[in-house]
Amino acid sequence: MTTETMEAPAAAAPTATPPHPLREFWGYFSANHGAVAGLVIIVAVVLVALLADVIAPHDPNVTNTALALKPPFWQEGGSIAYPLGTDPIGRDILSRMIHGARLSLLIGIAVVAISIALGTVLGLVAGFFRGITEIFIMRLMDIVLTLPSLLLAIVIVAVLGPGLMNAMLAVALVILPHYVRLARAAVITETSKDYVTAARVSGAGTVRLMFKEVLPNCTAPLIVQASLGISTAILDAAALGFLGLGAQPPSPEWGTMLADAREFVLRAWWVVTFPGLAILITVLAFNLLGDGLRDALDPKLKR
Amino acid sequence: MLRFILTRVSLIIPTFLGITLLAFFLIRLVPGDPIETLAGERGIDPARHEQLLKEYGLDKPIFVQYGIYLSRVLQGDLGKSMITQEPVLNEFKALFPATVELALCAILFALMIGLPAGIIAALRRNSIFDHGVMGISLTGYSMPIFWWGLILILIFSVQFDLTPVSGRIDVLYYIEPTTGFLLIDTLLSEEEGAFWSAVEHLILPTIVLGTVPLAVIARMTRSAMLEVLGEDYIRTAKAKGLSRFRIVALHALRNALIPVITVIGLQIGVLFTGAILTETIFSWPGVGKWLIDAIFRRDYPVLQGGALLLGVVVMSVNLLVDLAYGLINPRIRHTR
Repeated sequence: MTTETMEAPAAAAPTATPPHPLREFWGYFSANHGAVAGLVIIVAVVLVALLADVIAPHDPNVTNTALALKPPFWQEGGSIAYPLGTDPIGRDILSRMIHGARLSLLIGIAVVAISIALGTVLGLVAGFFRGITEIFIMRLMDIVLTLPSLLLAIVIVAVLGPGLMNAMLAVALVILPHYVRLARAAVITETSKDYVTAARVSGAGTVRLMFKEVLPNCTAPLIVQASLGISTAILDAAALGFLGLGAQPPSPEWGTMLADAREFVLRAWWVVTFPGLAILITVLAFNLLGDGLRDALDPKLKR
Repeated sequence: MLRFILTRVSLIIPTFLGITLLAFFLIRLVPGDPIETLAGERGIDPARHEQLLKEYGLDKPIFVQYGIYLSRVLQGDLGKSMITQEPVLNEFKALFPATVELALCAILFALMIGLPAGIIAALRRNSIFDHGVMGISLTGYSMPIFWWGLILILIFSVQFDLTPVSGRIDVLYYIEPTTGFLLIDTLLSEEEGAFWSAVEHLILPTIVLGTVPLAVIARMTRSAMLEVLGEDYIRTAKAKGLSRFRIVALHALRNALIPVITVIGLQIGVLFTGAILTETIFSWPGVGKWLIDAIFRRDYPVLQGGALLLGVVVMSVNLLVDLAYGLINPRIRHTR
């Protein structure tokens, strides 16, 4: 994403020749202010996550009971040393949120990476081999889709045992069907086109057809779905963390932070407000980006 | 029509089998011996272990075991809770009305705000109102509802002391369950103030659970309306000189509602998922909280049976929506 946006303005000025695809893409994308805002927020969150060790004012895991439940700096009793206040055992909330950004992004990206890798392979296989293989794969995906996603994730984690790795696996499995369906649908429309027939006639094997010919031509919907998938993954992983089934304390995952702070909601508003706000803003940014990408990449919607 | 119904109904059989397979293997994925898992931490003596192994059919091949499990499920036997020794199905039946009541209120809330908001946004395309509705609904769609619940508690219960924090009704009242729906039971009981107490307890959970469906319905209604408003028959209606209200209410809305109804149907599955989080936050005594509690008590029969039952409920609702959709829209019925 970032490389594309940085290259786009540098592209040559338009002449009679059609605009460079990236430039055209940026034209559509930048017309959508929401999408640009989403992109800016995501870049900011990525920077925060990368520089967490440098910019976090405190160690996220150092406890200090003398400083427990200090309010944010603008309230009476707060201090600028702990800008967003401290949690019930005296850890700096801002620092924990900064380190939490790292975890949340990691969760989102890892979950979607697992899902895309597995999903495209399954979808390509279903689309290429048809018949019984396809029926088996697609029926299985239908079953997964029928069950409410969080319920399925909860059940998987309950069986595998609570923890961040298992939560990520569960969420990856739950969002898998979307990628399988997309990849299969794209394969079926693409394989009837002339370029695939041409490649087949010139002797390309099935694996080559799958990955070198067809896959690059169905990346656009996958990219859109990936952006939306990251938001789902962050949200569901945080929900699992909130239920005590995801990342375990003292890990500064945003959902887990909320779970830790839940019983203090009546006494200290800041311990629950900020981590949730971070989840909301990050998820919103990925949804905005996904919408923008869909509008810019979907040829059907182009005027 | 009969053929349509039969095809749709037959399509759920593999899904049902799939759900039972998942539920069946679920308990076998738990690390360790299933009998010891079932017995819990107290442990079990070898003779009893042997006996239970026979009783549960665990000494037979895995496919036979699945067959036994399936036939038990079909007879409504989902095992007993390890904590209360109550049959899982009975516990589910006792708690399910609470979840349904909450889910129905949430979907009504979402419809009452989402439909008008979507319609007006479409009619005033690109106005401030339109951008506002779209912005708010995207925010609602991205909302971590477990946090949203806590924030609403902070504002309405802590700051303004307007609404109760948890439960379905004030502890002052004891209502004998007749329908299981407290809004109805309290009215039947004629106990002073009980109905309003139930309403008060419903407000925040309803908003929390209804937020995501509300956002989805508003977005869907807007885009369906925009599509329909560009159709030729709307232009014809305008050319005939019909009033704006007649065009919108009779000509556009009826056609725009078709995709909206599908979305509402799909949201019902989402609602049951959301209920797990909402019930946990507000200590709402429904099936969602029951499932989460079962996880932490390691009550595997409840987890297994509860997940199966919820899956079947969502599957049945989807089927009903599918059938209703075929009734409303003849095009669907005839294409397949």
